[in-house]
Amino acid sequence: MARFISQRLLSLVPTMLGLSLIVFLILKLTPGDPAFVLAGANATEEQIRNIRIAYHLDDPLPVQYGQYIVQAIRGDLGQSLRTRRPVISELLERLPASLELGATAFAISLLVGVSAGVLSAERQYSLWDNLGMVLALVGISVPIFWLGILLILLFGVQLGWLPTSGAGDWKHLILPAGTLGLSSAAIVARQTRSAMLEVLKQDYVRVARAKGLAEHVVLVRHALRNAAIPTVTVLGLQFGNLIGGVVVTETVFAWPGLGRLIVESISFRDFPVVEGGVLLMAGVFVLANLCIDLLYGYLNPRIRLG
Amino acid sequence: MATSTRVSGWGSSLGAPGVFPVATGIGRALARRQVALLGAAIVGTIGVLAIVGPLMAPYDPISQRLLDRLEPPSPAHWMGTDNLGRDIFSRLLFGARITLGVGFAAAAAAAVLGVAVGTAAGYYGGRLDNVLMRLVDLLLALPSVLFALTIIAALGNSVPNLIVAIACAAIPTFARLSRGSALGVRTADYIEAARSVGAGDSRIMARHVLPNISAPLIVQFTLQFSSAVLAASALSFLGLGVQPPTPEWGAMLSDARTVMQMAPHVAIFPGCAILLFVLALNLLGDGLRDALDPHLRSRR
Repeated sequence: MARFISQRLLSLVPTMLGLSLIVFLILKLTPGDPAFVLAGANATEEQIRNIRIAYHLDDPLPVQYGQYIVQAIRGDLGQSLRTRRPVISELLERLPASLELGATAFAISLLVGVSAGVLSAERQYSLWDNLGMVLALVGISVPIFWLGILLILLFGVQLGWLPTSGAGDWKHLILPAGTLGLSSAAIVARQTRSAMLEVLKQDYVRVARAKGLAEHVVLVRHALRNAAIPTVTVLGLQFGNLIGGVVVTETVFAWPGLGRLIVESISFRDFPVVEGGVLLMAGVFVLANLCIDLLYGYLNPRIRLG
Repeated sequence: MATSTRVSGWGSSLGAPGVFPVATGIGRALARRQVALLGAAIVGTIGVLAIVGPLMAPYDPISQRLLDRLEPPSPAHWMGTDNLGRDIFSRLLFGARITLGVGFAAAAAAAVLGVAVGTAAGYYGGRLDNVLMRLVDLLLALPSVLFALTIIAALGNSVPNLIVAIACAAIPTFARLSRGSALGVRTADYIEAARSVGAGDSRIMARHVLPNISAPLIVQFTLQFSSAVLAASALSFLGLGVQPPTPEWGAMLSDARTVMQMAPHVAIFPGCAILLFVLALNLLGDGLRDALDPHLRSRR
């Protein structure tokens, strides 16, 4: 297992290097002279020249990228053009709020999605199954920002039960995490139902029932465990959707996280923060997928030993 | 299926299954799936409205009538008015053209480029396949929203840039799918037969490989179209896509945020429009997948 983990950890290095190169090259597509963008509209020729020297903008692209990577390894992602603070400080201030939101939403999606999928499969074609799958289809199709708006209107404005924006105590987390989690739970529920229906037809499930085991033991210990691999695959894919959802949800609920910082920074054309923010979120995504890989190894020894 | 001996315009006289039999099969299988037909009907209706809607719109979608602001639905304004007194129904009709147009253009561009890259990789194999697929894997490691945001950050806000951003983020999915399918057919007898009568690589890919890998690509296109509509409206909602006063469904929801507590209808109708269209596309996509997947079809 240690070898499996170290191999997967090593594979992160080229992935992150490749991602950083892609983001670096895309941001170099910015039309016009970046020195003008950095210096602002009223800058003098001398100020623009100084910026060129300070940011090594006259160097060839491979040299610029090399310098960026060396500095990034040292924890220096440059300076925000808006606040003049180090980018890394800006990002690390916002990261915990995004992780809190993402982790809570993930837990909701896991709990709601897996429970709904298992119940639907167990009572196939029942009213519960049909209702659950219609809701799941609507959940997949609903724009996440609109779901957020509807929940704000219902629980914040009409009922007045929950705060509608900002971060604070646990009550502030319910609406944004619920919005994000329910949207993701829809996909998990569909996949869990599908995987469970396959597994429930297997002989070992029939044998477990014939032995007289309680239905919940059959479902959880025998069926769900074997249906876990396709469900885990979908959970892994859901990390990407969750990260996209975090960006939108944070804007709807004025949640002070990384996604909102990136959106604000794009509006202010604060490229160092956009670059650092995108890379940090991509890093979280890659790490989350590593965890899924490790979970595969745990669930299926053939993957670990193959 | 009796497709293998048919001759079609796309296929050949060499026994390759063509695209028309696939299309006929899709039609027949869809006809048995009422939910998918309902999805197709809704998509078709909204598509037609997007084309002819501007001719039917009762009001100018941009001109402001501040005396009529935030009016609830009424016979004069079927869906009410927004915070600048603009008729929401007219804005939805005009907005359909932009939202659906951006989504369709992005999905189509991603499909063309992704399928070209994936088919070439799968057909030629070897070093080209290795290089292209490592690049695709790398792009897949970047969540699509982050990818699109980075492109918007670099290029700026505009409708063409929005299409480019969403399309670029979707190319890897099409490339992966078409590469896998092309790998499966490149050693087929009809490919060998085409090669033996002197057909060139590009002709074989266009006339023999592509028609025979089209089924999963059609399904993927439907699903990608719905994702692209969601992405376009999300980016416009964030203020990074279509800019005011142009009517676009996501941008209309963004405008609604400031007044939705006083006038919820301003936020409800554009959201319903997005939900209805995406839901219909997903119903159609699910139906197509069931119709085209022999495994799922045989279980029914």
